[in-house]
Amino acid sequence: MVFDALTFQLGYNATLVTVGAILLGVAAGVTGTFLFLRKRALVSDAIAHATLPGVGLAFIAMTALGLDGRALPGLLAGSAVSAFLGLLCVQWLVNRTRLTEDAAIGAVLSVFFSFGIVILTIIQTLPTGGQAGLEGFLLGSTAGMIFADASLIAVGGVIVVALVFVFRRPMTLLAFDPNYAETRGMRSDHIDLIMMALVLAITVVGLKIVGLIMIVALLIIPSATARLWSDRVDRVVLLAGAFGGLSAWVGAAVSASAPDLPTGPLIVLTAFALFALSMFFAPARGLISGFMRHRRFQRGVHIRQGLLSLAQGLPIYEPLTLRLLKEEGLARPDGVPTEAGRARAARAHWDEKRWEIARATPEHELAAARYDGLTRLEEVLTSDQIAEIDARIAPPEAAS
Amino acid sequence: MTGAEFVPFSLVPMLVGVLAAIACALPGNFLVLRRQALIGDAISHVVLPGIVVAFVVTGTIATWPMLIGSAVAALVAVALIEGISRFGRIEPGAAMGVTFTAMFAGGVLLLEQSDTSGVHLDVEHALFGNLESLIWLDATGWASLIDPAALSGLPEELIRISVVALVMALLLLLFWRPLALSTFDENFASTVGLPVRAIALGLVIAAAIAAVTAFDAVGSIIVIAMFICPPAAARLMTNRLGMQVVWSVAFATVSAVVGFVLAGYGPLWFGLENAVSAAGMIGTVSGVILVLAATFGPTRK
Repeated sequence: MVFDALTFQLGYNATLVTVGAILLGVAAGVTGTFLFLRKRALVSDAIAHATLPGVGLAFIAMTALGLDGRALPGLLAGSAVSAFLGLLCVQWLVNRTRLTEDAAIGAVLSVFFSFGIVILTIIQTLPTGGQAGLEGFLLGSTAGMIFADASLIAVGGVIVVALVFVFRRPMTLLAFDPNYAETRGMRSDHIDLIMMALVLAITVVGLKIVGLIMIVALLIIPSATARLWSDRVDRVVLLAGAFGGLSAWVGAAVSASAPDLPTGPLIVLTAFALFALSMFFAPARGLISGFMRHRRFQRGVHIRQGLLSLAQGLPIYEPLTLRLLKEEGLARPDGVPTEAGRARAARAHWDEKRWEIARATPEHELAAARYDGLTRLEEVLTSDQIAEIDARIAPPEAAS
Repeated sequence: MTGAEFVPFSLVPMLVGVLAAIACALPGNFLVLRRQALIGDAISHVVLPGIVVAFVVTGTIATWPMLIGSAVAALVAVALIEGISRFGRIEPGAAMGVTFTAMFAGGVLLLEQSDTSGVHLDVEHALFGNLESLIWLDATGWASLIDPAALSGLPEELIRISVVALVMALLLLLFWRPLALSTFDENFASTVGLPVRAIALGLVIAAAIAAVTAFDAVGSIIVIAMFICPPAAARLMTNRLGMQVVWSVAFATVSAVVGFVLAGYGPLWFGLENAVSAAGMIGTVSGVILVLAATFGPTRK
């Protein structure tokens, strides 16, 4: 069943929803990266929660006009308008008052959502509102979606991906260097607005699939995952798009394969699983590589300190140091250096002396800042500089 | 309206609303000043998986397992946020977004999977609360307030939230100086020997306790609104921290009372027959207060 769903063999509507979800995931991953780099990831949370009153009011308005209150295009249009108002409110609070952005986000999010709930309870008491099914917008529900709605979502997905592609360059520039972007003649506030408009479009398209509470996950989790894997913006953007698309694909397919498996949570949890795996296995920022790096460093420091003790004929008491020296064949179990150990110890001792001089010499100040008890001075200074330092080390006692 | 009507049906929900609002607004003052306003948002989202797991483990919807489950979930969330932002070197806002959405999604999925039919446990209830259902059946009128027999029938939500509101106020008085100092100048606070990390963690835990207890009575949406809106509005009224806390308590109280009254009686004025969600209305009123403060507040800039 899951395989059928992954390969788009579960009927026309399920396929359309899955395709729409994948496109949405890609667009959200990419756009989310720019938000993330601008450190404004949670603005999307305010935008998403602010859709609720719009959905409710659109339902009431359409019903009052004698139309079908559940018509998806109308509900989505309503959600877009109120989300835009919410965004304006965040901007207004940040610009007009001394409140910080996180307080403004929290205020808008909670107040719009509260107001939305008031509207929903009004709808429940309307004669036509009994089974409005608007709760589906909270947590997303793709079950029993009609063909027109599924195609609307797929088309919406295509449009947001295209828009993200068109605006990728200015958004990258702004994310990294707002000042430079300004000198290139870009209006940073305009690009910010475009970015937010994209977030809004993604929220509206995703409303029916993942629901307004979890849509923010699609914008944040893939970009945070991608950030763990690379420091280069172009790769982070591509990876985030890929992670977003993959999460949406797997989540939507698994959800279509059985009842009782809501789409939104599955997409979010797939995205989180990718994130958790990356936390462990990512090359530079992952926990495992971090642990290995720490071990390597610890080893290096112990061996170096052990060698310095050997060079000075001091006994070694630290068991880890002794074990490491033994493993490297530098010392015997009783702590007496081997032939190789004596040579390495002498070199380490000499290097330490060179550092001592370099660190006491103002002209080597920059190089001296790189002293960490591990790096050899030869890796930092040129051979001429080394020769000059060697000449200053008093009588050649290195041979001892 | 007479006491015979007001006391049993409106007094308790109104009091619970006011106390929940105050219990959240008190720590909210410091969260807003520390730019951690969204911690409240994150905590109230992860309460859902907490109560669902507690339900799956114990098989009942008794109060204490739910409270413990959601408190544990809040602590797990705080630890995850800290861990992700520290070890993954990811901006705290994004780490928060990753954590609470994933935990919330887990809660929703678990809820759909587990057999909760026949039990009153659903997402809407968790979000909106059921303030209106906290009626005091033993009360007959104002006289019941001094009648021990009737008092013993008070809904326990009221007792719990009173205790928590009181504890929040006491903690605030007790730790006022270290809290204020570490909020405004963390570096200075740590140079004079204050345990700034412990204070920050303590604040988050206090907020979590307030959120979890209030959530039990009024739903998560008021919790988020009350963490942020009254303190934010209060911040636009004064430059002094003490006054800010006083303003925030006043705003929280007004939001809860006016919101409750509007939700219960407002629709009648418009010719509608049924009341609207009190939780939603309280949040909405707190937003209106914030807008007013942002427009006219003396220290809004």
